[in-house]
Amino acid sequence: MKRHLISAADLTRDDAVLILDTAEEMARVADRPIKKLPTLRGRTVCNLFFEDSTRTRISFEAAEKRLSADVINFAAKGSSVSKGESLKDTAQTLEAMGVDAVVIRHSASGAPYRLATSGWIDAPVINAGDGTHQHPTQALLDAFTMRRRLIGPDAGLGQDLAGRRITLVGDVLHSRVARSNVDLLHTLGAEVTLVAPPTLVPVGVENWPCEVSYDLDAVLPKSDAVMMLRVQRERMNAAFFPTEREYSRRYGLDGERMARMPGHALVMHPGPMVRGMEITAEVADSDRCTVVEQVANGVSIRMAVLYLLLGGNEPALTHPRTEEK
Amino acid sequence: MSKILIRGARVLGGEPQDVLIDGEFIEAVGTGLSAEGAEVVEADGKILLPGLVDLHTHLREPGREDSETVLTGTRAAASGGYTAVFAMANTFPVADTAGVVEQVYRLGKEHGYCDVQPIGAVTVGLEGKKLAELGAMHESAAGVTVFSDDGKCVDDAVIMRRALEYVKAFGGVVAQHAQEPRLTEGAQMNEGVVSAELGLGGWPAVAEESIIARDVLLAEHVGSRVHICHLSTAGSVEIVRWAKSRGIDVTAEVTPHHLLLTDEMVRSYNPVYKVNPPLRTERDVLALREALADGTIDIVATDHAPHPHEDKDCEWAAAAMGMVGLETALSVVQRTMVDTGLLTWADVADRMSFAPARIGSAAGHGRPVSAGEPANLTLVDSAYRGEVDPAGFASRSRNTPYEGRELPGRVTHTFLRGRATLVDGKLA
Ligand SMILES: [Zn+2]
Repeated sequence: MKRHLISAADLTRDDAVLILDTAEEMARVADRPIKKLPTLRGRTVCNLFFEDSTRTRISFEAAEKRLSADVINFAAKGSSVSKGESLKDTAQTLEAMGVDAVVIRHSASGAPYRLATSGWIDAPVINAGDGTHQHPTQALLDAFTMRRRLIGPDAGLGQDLAGRRITLVGDVLHSRVARSNVDLLHTLGAEVTLVAPPTLVPVGVENWPCEVSYDLDAVLPKSDAVMMLRVQRERMNAAFFPTEREYSRRYGLDGERMARMPGHALVMHPGPMVRGMEITAEVADSDRCTVVEQVANGVSIRMAVLYLLLGGNEPALTHPRTEEK
Repeated sequence: MSKILIRGARVLGGEPQDVLIDGEFIEAVGTGLSAEGAEVVEADGKILLPGLVDLHTHLREPGREDSETVLTGTRAAASGGYTAVFAMANTFPVADTAGVVEQVYRLGKEHGYCDVQPIGAVTVGLEGKKLAELGAMHESAAGVTVFSDDGKCVDDAVIMRRALEYVKAFGGVVAQHAQEPRLTEGAQMNEGVVSAELGLGGWPAVAEESIIARDVLLAEHVGSRVHICHLSTAGSVEIVRWAKSRGIDVTAEVTPHHLLLTDEMVRSYNPVYKVNPPLRTERDVLALREALADGTIDIVATDHAPHPHEDKDCEWAAAAMGMVGLETALSVVQRTMVDTGLLTWADVADRMSFAPARIGSAAGHGRPVSAGEPANLTLVDSAYRGEVDPAGFASRSRNTPYEGRELPGRVTHTFLRGRATLVDGKLA
């Protein structure tokens, strides 16, 4: 694996499968009475959040603490960091403090890449979401959720998603989740279809390793998993689509549409869900919908990524098992 | 000693000749000219060009003297072989009155490295609402003939029409920064394959092309002259070609960086590549070269845009747009146009001196290298190869995309009205 995790495109098929397999091991820790491994004891991880995201930060924090890392949360928001230089300043402060890894969330696409490549800091950088660019751990947890559901936790070990048909629906243009998922799912052998109104598909998408369709109903019967992307109501004012009602009618997932999906197919959502526009309550609450699992899987995936970037090459559970004896 | 003999220079790339300068003028051009009483510059097969003229420079003074001043900018210009630069109006305060343009003009004269011809703003404060006092700027000591809201587009069609009409009274020209503002809201880079992947806001080619199309039609309708700044797309080339074939009085410029660099560079997220208009695709680059070669694009202009280090050493979205260009322009043109066989050195003289001087009505510049003409000259060692080292720049800012790149050619001497401003690559 590379030293940093900036983009899902950085991962080879074997890297990705290794992370998913390691996450399965990590998931077992959650079933124990004491949900903690000593793996990163004495290491310091900084969660550097230039953009609010309580969910993602808590998920990383839980992962770090389960691996016994010391955690620093740095939330920089508002006008104090509106000047561009603050990223560099902050990086150099963290470098001086001897931080062992930086988890960064930033509203600017490419900020984690700059952090990792500009010589401002030496520690491994994990991208926790940058602008409309990438959110690789989200894609990994989504793939992990799909593999568990479509193949099974144990049967899935060592497996990729070859031949699975995955559909992503909604605001692809502004979605780092979509970009990361297209890259990773393609690497894992899946066939990806993006469904959105043409206004929410980026110019240049033709180079992506996926299909694009404007017709959700045509795609649903051929989907093993359907991932609904968040659509912000503000997009309506920027004329990306005429009305919320029209959007729901054409691209929303309701019970009737869900019934057109194959019996085994799952419904996914990166959360937080806004019930109504892109997904109805009926679908959100159905047992096909994996939103809650995705949250739990997020912790396992982030443990796996931290472990592999910071820990080492042995199986993650070797040490704890030895210690248990 | 007021006489200088430049010996054995290939004038405009032709056979070696001697050029004798006496005072501010060229006294003779020929072979075997006497060196008596003259200081001799051994040119030894170097290329002698008329002093270069840049129709598009940002000198930042007044207001952003931390980026550049008239002094540092004109020293950079002399280093790059320029004897005249047109200074864009987007300073603080904006160059929209006779007072500001005269100040900039006088600073250029005082420092003496390069003539500075101020460009006046088209509209008050570059706000696009109300015409600035174009006539007063023209009648000032600065004698402004080029007007531009560069940095911003004159997007209101009526204001643009009026400006085009109004400057006819004194032979002025409106230089348009073609950028449809609504289509480029949040724009960070060229819209296309790379922006889709990087998740950076797209600056679509059509935002440039639609304004150019509108403006050439306006120029035709009112019988005026329009100049298109930093044309950057293959589609823009097509529109300008069509307009010229129709007899519309349009001229266009391309920057050195748009002749060499593509949006693939943005994959580094290094803001040194952040520029407006953005770096485009390989296809655009090739179309621009071809258009410069066939004359569809009239001139090369640098869009020299200095920024202090801290405005570039940050994340892409927070970074300022622009790159410096005066000191590398000729090398990039040699690399992309001469070494590729697209232009001769005589063509370079046209695209970088004769034509820009003509478009901007810069008296005394862009003149033939012949007896009786003002001795504004540039000597180029075209055989030189070396890496660009920004540490040696005269510009106050170092935001060059070429750091560490090998580029051909080096300006060794620049003469402004017979006085050397650059000698053996060092500022005089
Ligand atoms: Zn401009």
